[in-house]
Amino acid sequence: MSDIGIKTSAASLNAAKPYNYNKRMEPARVIRWTILFLGGVVMVMPIVFMLSTSFKWPHEIYNLMIIPDDPTIENYTYVLEDGRFYKWFINSLIIATITTISAVIFDSLVGYTLCKFRFRGRMIVFVAILSTLMIPTEMLVIPWYLMARDFGWLNSYWGIMFPGVMTAFGTFLMKQFFESVPDDFLEAARIDGLNEFQIWWTVAMPLVTPAISALAIFVFLGNWTAFIWPLIVTNDPALYTLPVGLTTFSVEQDVEWELIMTGAALATIPTLIVFLVFQRYIIRGVVMTGLKG
Amino acid sequence: MYWYRKLSIKQKQVVWAWMFLSIPVLFYTVIRFYPTFGAVLLSFQDWNLLGAKTWAGLENYQRLISDPVFWKVFSNTFIYLLLGTPISLVISFMIAYNLDKVNFLHATIRAMYFLPFMTSAVAMAWLWRWFYQPVPIGLFNNILSSLGISQFPFLNSTFSALPSVLAPAVWAGLGFQIIIFMAGLRSIPQSYYEAAQIDGVGSWTVLREITLPLLKPTIVFLVVFSSIGFLRIFDQVFNMTTNDPGGPLNSTKPLVLMIYDTAFNGFDMGYAAAQTVVLFTILLIVSLLQLYIMRER
Repeated sequence: MSDIGIKTSAASLNAAKPYNYNKRMEPARVIRWTILFLGGVVMVMPIVFMLSTSFKWPHEIYNLMIIPDDPTIENYTYVLEDGRFYKWFINSLIIATITTISAVIFDSLVGYTLCKFRFRGRMIVFVAILSTLMIPTEMLVIPWYLMARDFGWLNSYWGIMFPGVMTAFGTFLMKQFFESVPDDFLEAARIDGLNEFQIWWTVAMPLVTPAISALAIFVFLGNWTAFIWPLIVTNDPALYTLPVGLTTFSVEQDVEWELIMTGAALATIPTLIVFLVFQRYIIRGVVMTGLKG
Repeated sequence: MYWYRKLSIKQKQVVWAWMFLSIPVLFYTVIRFYPTFGAVLLSFQDWNLLGAKTWAGLENYQRLISDPVFWKVFSNTFIYLLLGTPISLVISFMIAYNLDKVNFLHATIRAMYFLPFMTSAVAMAWLWRWFYQPVPIGLFNNILSSLGISQFPFLNSTFSALPSVLAPAVWAGLGFQIIIFMAGLRSIPQSYYEAAQIDGVGSWTVLREITLPLLKPTIVFLVVFSSIGFLRIFDQVFNMTTNDPGGPLNSTKPLVLMIYDTAFNGFDMGYAAAQTVVLFTILLIVSLLQLYIMRER
């Protein structure tokens, strides 16, 4: 008797359980999943159309078919023929790589110093660096341009890179992550006779690798897609980065949309491949930076 | 290095600290602070990049106030913000809230929403520009005409140009917001939901009384992050309107494009600097509002 009573109350409890995901009404779950999936398809559709059009002949671009009737790599041959895209690709790759390495090293060194050392002026330096987060790049491009002009940095890799070799955001992020490194580890290394530079590089840095990879992904992606500053500081096509090159290329092509889509695809495919390969790390990195930053 | 050996451990650390900070302090001084003051100073001057700088006092600011283009641009900038932020946050929250409850192919669906975030704004601007072309070129108008609906002007009308420029920016940013929202949702302790369950509270009430209030830090972060992004919109506008910068009758022109035009096409450096100071002030107010709201917590 009592057994049945318990069972019914348990059943009513279950019935009033709107949050048990696994026991929800099946149709609702199926509808939810279907809508989400279709939404995801809509999200990737623009990219799919870009890729599809880059394999179409000019007379076919009006066709809504995703798989071209007569796929061609003619557009890619044409776009890559004069070698400009290779050059822009290499420029972007070099600039984004060097900036990323520099930002990772300096941001973590500064973050580490501000986190683990006690000295007069520490707070001032920290607050000063943090306050630069409030200053938008767009406010600095005019003085930077004048500076680059005076020092002869226009149309050079260094001219494109110099504003980004350190980032205040990265410094703040790394400082937060170094908080989780126990001081005892550093003290032990100090007793073993390591100097401060060795302690940072060989003891502290390996302990924050997830943070480093997250920062590296963000800095790289930011520099890879950066537009306004490279646009301002370069006017020599040989030094354009991929986004700036793509802009001039597309303006030139005017109405040859299949060629513009090919250029856009060339600028997009590298990051898409990186994403598909490192998806897990990238999403984890976004969450870490988003929540700590 | 005799003097170094004589130092105490604590003093040695101070030496190391400043050694580590020397290049960064120099960098932040020369590349961040000095240019900031440079921009503010320049905003009180008149300079065409070639001749001599002349002191202009508040002239540049007075010119801004009486410039009808500036007020158009100012309101455009806020329309980007006021349309972009709420729309993208509502959509991304609805997706994150539901995606959080889905297990089957969870990672795949998440990746589909996130993919656009990995693209370059320039490439996507050209892609969407193609979508918006009239029949027989543009994808959207082709779809409309195949459904027997008349063409839509998209980028060519003062009414629809701004939302058309905004759409790819919202689309590309959704993935980021969804990921952050899901992380926020996961960080809400399960025990709250269990307590609500025992009390037999409906799912709408749970959303309003538990999920949303506990998600406040995440929401504030995303509101500020995306607001700043929309206030600084440039890449999309620049690339979608290269034939007519700023769209028909400046209907899509944001502040950053006006700054770029004034400085690097008009070479009116002082006037452009004054515009950057306005941008800075707007962004500062948004950031300070965030600090204020977070403090109340």
